[in-house]
Amino acid sequence: MTETTLTHAIDMDAIGRSDVTGQLADESIRIETKNLNLYYGEKQALDNISLVIPQNRVSAFIGPSGCGKSTLLRCFNRMNDLVDGVRIEGDVLLEGENIYDKSVNIANLRQRVGMVFQKPNPFPKSIYENVAYGLRLQGVKSRRILDEAIETALKGAALWDEVKDRLHENALGMSGGQQQRLVIARAIAIEPEVLLLDEPASALDPISTLKIEELINELKARYTIVIVTHNMQQAARVSDYTAFMYMGKMIEFSDTKSLFTNPSMKQTEDYITGRYG
Amino acid sequence: MAKPTIVEWVKGGSPWIWLSAAAVSISLIMVFGLLLLIGLRGLGYFWPADVLQVKYQQSPTEIVQLVGEVQSVETVNAERVREAGGFVPEGDETVTRVLLKIGNRDINGLDFRWINQHDILSEARPENMIVLERREWGNFYGYLEAIKVKGDVLADGVDAWPVFLERLEKTIDIFYQIKGIQVGAIGAINYEIEELRLAKRRLELDGVTKASAYEEIKQQRDALNQQYQLLQKDLEVLYRDIEQDSAVLKTVDGHEIDLALSKIVRGFKPNAMSIPTKILHYFEKLWEFVSDEPREANTEGGIFPAIFGTVMLVIIMSIIVTPLGVIAAVYLREYAKQGPTTRLIRIAVNNLAGVPSIVYGVFGLGFFVYFLGGNIDQLFYPEALPSPTFGTPGILWSALTLALLTLPVVIVATEEGLARIPRSIREGSMALGATKAETLWRIVLPMASPALMTGMILAVARAAGEVAPLMLVGVVKLAPSLPLDFNSPFIHLDRKFMHLGFHIYDVGFQSPNVEAARPLVYATALLLVVVIVSLNLTAIWVRNHLREKYKSLE
Repeated sequence: MTETTLTHAIDMDAIGRSDVTGQLADESIRIETKNLNLYYGEKQALDNISLVIPQNRVSAFIGPSGCGKSTLLRCFNRMNDLVDGVRIEGDVLLEGENIYDKSVNIANLRQRVGMVFQKPNPFPKSIYENVAYGLRLQGVKSRRILDEAIETALKGAALWDEVKDRLHENALGMSGGQQQRLVIARAIAIEPEVLLLDEPASALDPISTLKIEELINELKARYTIVIVTHNMQQAARVSDYTAFMYMGKMIEFSDTKSLFTNPSMKQTEDYITGRYG
Repeated sequence: MAKPTIVEWVKGGSPWIWLSAAAVSISLIMVFGLLLLIGLRGLGYFWPADVLQVKYQQSPTEIVQLVGEVQSVETVNAERVREAGGFVPEGDETVTRVLLKIGNRDINGLDFRWINQHDILSEARPENMIVLERREWGNFYGYLEAIKVKGDVLADGVDAWPVFLERLEKTIDIFYQIKGIQVGAIGAINYEIEELRLAKRRLELDGVTKASAYEEIKQQRDALNQQYQLLQKDLEVLYRDIEQDSAVLKTVDGHEIDLALSKIVRGFKPNAMSIPTKILHYFEKLWEFVSDEPREANTEGGIFPAIFGTVMLVIIMSIIVTPLGVIAAVYLREYAKQGPTTRLIRIAVNNLAGVPSIVYGVFGLGFFVYFLGGNIDQLFYPEALPSPTFGTPGILWSALTLALLTLPVVIVATEEGLARIPRSIREGSMALGATKAETLWRIVLPMASPALMTGMILAVARAAGEVAPLMLVGVVKLAPSLPLDFNSPFIHLDRKFMHLGFHIYDVGFQSPNVEAARPLVYATALLLVVVIVSLNLTAIWVRNHLREKYKSLE
């Protein structure tokens, strides 16, 4: 973890990040973006975003629809590369390395930065094979290693007790909430460093949502988590740090408590008090 | 409530419902009518009908005895019969005619005869009337007089029939032994001798002068010739045995013939048969039809080689078209940059599906057979030249031509299947570190496989029924050997083959004996439908299985 401390050693003010509050400055930094601009064709979706994502914390992105929070999240594992006509300027550093460097292996990057999507998207395979998928991609063949990893991952996603007797049934037969936890298990089975959650609970019922939120709380001990959410209460409940975005710009990024109780920007205050969005 | 007016009735949409119901009914009636027609006509052929013996007033002065099976009855205008030279009493407007299958072509010259119903003086169904299916000259109708062995009478009168059946069974046994030796052992020896001849020719072409190489081939050939001589001796014995027995037969008009039992396929007394025996006989005939080879210019016997050829052609075609179509669709949908070029390619592919099939046949002949096949012969089979190996129509070229014909169907269906896989699933796979190719291979293609199978089902349905292009690139009236046998390399893709569709055309329209062949046309058509339906059902079963396995998310 030498690199992490190295990144940490960078003087925040020196790189012109005036919005970083005192508390954030004490954290180890996992991801950092510098002057990130993203264009879909002519349209600019991200406008000069610079921020840091602290290690082993939950950072939430909030903002009205179309503000670019999902786009920003998808920059962290280069998911935007799949979109036609996208153009990216600026740097995204994962442990100090620019992930947009030509030498970066995208498959490796995505193994390090896992992602869970808005809608549960299990593969039409068995529960077991869903979780094993990432490991099999890495060439793991030993049944014993797979069995162990799958049990650990399913336990980590608080799903083990519900599915341990039907591991070889089709994953599409599960409920929506179970499917979403399965997808989380699938993501953590390959031991990523960072977990990106793109509105993970927006398609779920309140009880499933609660389970996911509890899960996020447990997972942050081992992973750095970035979550995009529509739901401000959810952001307030689960996150340590919150970023408010508006029209592709990062308006404010600070610890969750101060952002919600004492926002420094007028726009943030308007949004969290429900004046727009 | 008041009765709705006509205007209200029209506005309510009822006429359209009635109209669509009518359209559906007409379609169903046509489909079932088709199946019923070919089913009845085709399946009736195998039933052992009673044989009538009729006393017939051939002309006002002449009375003859006729025997035969009633094939059909029709009523025609009397004027037409008179014009054709037939005798009809004055005052009759119409004539009822009966088509009688009189058989005995060796004596009568014809198998069939029309007779006028009202000139039949009497009819009978004699129990001792026998029918013999012969290897040549068609059926025999008449009476059994005696059985001879080496010219001496073994049994006659009422004893003759059981002896006949017993001796016939033995004779047929020997017949199959002879055939087994001829086709199996001698066929294999011939094949090997031909291979040796080619090997020698190859050595000559390569300019090998070493005597030992030629000597080796010569030795092998001598060994084979010796084996051949031995088999030939066995055959001579069998031939002597099979020619021993003969039956003395008498037709109803008094001709007596002496027929060797080796010329007889089957003998029975239809008028004496009970219903269960007839049913048994029926299924025996049906089995012969699907399992045996054709006899007598395809008008008798079975059509097994045609069934085999059709199925094998379709299988080879599927093996070629599936990977080709899938790879093309994957490239078009997943890798190619979407734009005017891909749109143009798609339009071209869709239009290919509309090109008349005979055009593909012409292309197959010009490109596959003459160009590709010709070049393959030059490069790999120079020893066989000038007789072509692949430079002549064959099952491989037919399968390739049909693969080309059905390629658009497979491409379009697979592309649609690929387009239906949700983006979220692909992203889910990519997010776990899979490359695009891995995602395609592990997730997208398995999920698209039901669509792919749909494409294959359409392709199989189209290919199995196609005849026109095949006539140019490989199908024949009578293939001497199947494209699959026990001589290495077992699959002979260069061989010509028989096909049910072509068989229908050939039997129906190219046959010297149209009346005899007509029921076979229906039976073969029915079988073609059955083959296509079963091929399709297999594919549909596989598809449903896959669908269940890869239930889509929606």
